[in-house]
Amino acid sequence: MTNMIKTENVRFEYNTQSGSTSLALDDISINIAKGEFVAILGHNGSGKSTLAKHFNALLLPGAGTVYVKGMNTKDEKLLWNIRQTAGMVFQNPDNQIVATIVEEDVAFGPENLGIEPAEIRKRVDGSIKTVDMAEYAKHSPHLLSGGQKQRVAIAGIIAMKPECIILDEPTALLDPIGRREVMNTIIKLNKEEGITIVLITHYMDEAIQADRIYVMKNGKIILEGKPKDIFKEVETVKNAGLDVPQVTELCHRLSREGLKLSPDILTVEEMVVELCRLK
Amino acid sequence: MPVKVENLTHVYMKDSVFEHVAIDNISFEIQDGEFIGIIGHTGSGKSTLIQHLNGLLKPSSGKVFIDGEELGSKEVQMKKIRQKVGLVFQYPEQQLFEETVYKDVAFGPRNLGLSEDEVEERVRKAIELVGLDFNSISSVSPFELSGGQKRRVAIAGVLAMEPKVLILDEPAAGLDPRGRDEILRGFKTLHETQKITVLLVSHSMEDIANLVDKVLVMNRGKIAFFDTPRNVFKEADALEKIGLGVPQVTYLVRELRKKGFSVADCINIDEAKNELLKLFKR
Repeated sequence: MTNMIKTENVRFEYNTQSGSTSLALDDISINIAKGEFVAILGHNGSGKSTLAKHFNALLLPGAGTVYVKGMNTKDEKLLWNIRQTAGMVFQNPDNQIVATIVEEDVAFGPENLGIEPAEIRKRVDGSIKTVDMAEYAKHSPHLLSGGQKQRVAIAGIIAMKPECIILDEPTALLDPIGRREVMNTIIKLNKEEGITIVLITHYMDEAIQADRIYVMKNGKIILEGKPKDIFKEVETVKNAGLDVPQVTELCHRLSREGLKLSPDILTVEEMVVELCRLK
Repeated sequence: MPVKVENLTHVYMKDSVFEHVAIDNISFEIQDGEFIGIIGHTGSGKSTLIQHLNGLLKPSSGKVFIDGEELGSKEVQMKKIRQKVGLVFQYPEQQLFEETVYKDVAFGPRNLGLSEDEVEERVRKAIELVGLDFNSISSVSPFELSGGQKRRVAIAGVLAMEPKVLILDEPAAGLDPRGRDEILRGFKTLHETQKITVLLVSHSMEDIANLVDKVLVMNRGKIAFFDTPRNVFKEADALEKIGLGVPQVTYLVRELRKKGFSVADCINIDEAKNELLKLFKR
């Protein structure tokens, strides 16, 4: 198993206006393997976005080390290699779109990498197709829906051929349809293109689709494991200011009433099977 | 009655190639003290609708009445209407601007020309209504607060105007689950103790099921449903067709019925728990 992202005892402090410091990351050591789909969950202010910004050297650790595909993010000579390896998508698509035509926007990244025009054409067409936006290639981005804009932003990242994409709450501003579109795109990139995915999110229904989850609270990792193992810990997850799927919570409450149910139910289908077994 | 909409139509960029009918001849009434949820996918007309309710947009045709007064008629002062109908936009914290929480919340009441004592009383009440501690927070800069706290300060700024109708456009968007629960519980309490009418725009079917008396479902500028959550969430297939859904436990009950279990409709976890215990606990 090769590492895509590895952090060793990372610590990071922000300076506040009043002159004091606040500890955002407290001794974080994690490993994300190549090709993995990892979700990072945590309450507002838990440090998850700060951590994500360490994954492509937007922030450098105060103490400890971050490696992206073996490259130390503190090594300035490697900065552009690191950013090309690990692309980042943010919450608000409006802040990430720079051009007035969808395909020009997607071409912006590869153009800046100094790639041959013929190759840019190929990459732009390919990326737009991957995110299912071919129909809109010549459209103006500001008339698109939120989910469509976010997919254009993702296409702009894929056009740079990163091996890893970090998405910081990419669906927070979207309606249910937009969320589904973006999640389908993310899963497709991971399963079909083999791109390593780090998804920062509040939404549990998104996190359960990952291979592995890290849960953060007050700058520390408090849980790590497969979705089923994480959501068994209903109380710990709730104490971290998070939520579990409605059926998981229902199952937990029914178990406390004495029903013999498996503790790792995450979906309606699993719950139905479990209840049928009980009958 | 506080809110009445009659044959309202709104057309954007009329007579141009971009002409778009955002609201298409809708009528409804909201009674005093009701808690209403508004759902609909992006572009269904929700935001256009709520902007008519305090006169930010004018109808292309049709009428909007607040407390029996028709918006846009010459006798009606829009300033009064906007005091009666408080509108909290998405991401209201982006509108914070003052040096301290106190000054920010006091901005609206001061502009009403109230005395400083009255202003302080309103600010104190508004800050407490959103669940913050007046003494510890009033002299803090709003920009040093967490996301959820900032949002509450911004909402306090609207509450300090003492509206009779409070309209909230996705007030929990971007908050973590605990922040979301706290802020929504706050609105429920506010609605119960202050008897104000609340209109809540949300994408979360679970939140709608837990909070509101009635749901207004918008689709392509028309009203698809306007009924209690229990009745609306019976229409799972119709809701899915228009890009919406029902709470997860409601889906669960539907699937169980297909398997031959006899369970009553459930729209929240407590109901589902009781139903399933009836079935399985001997």
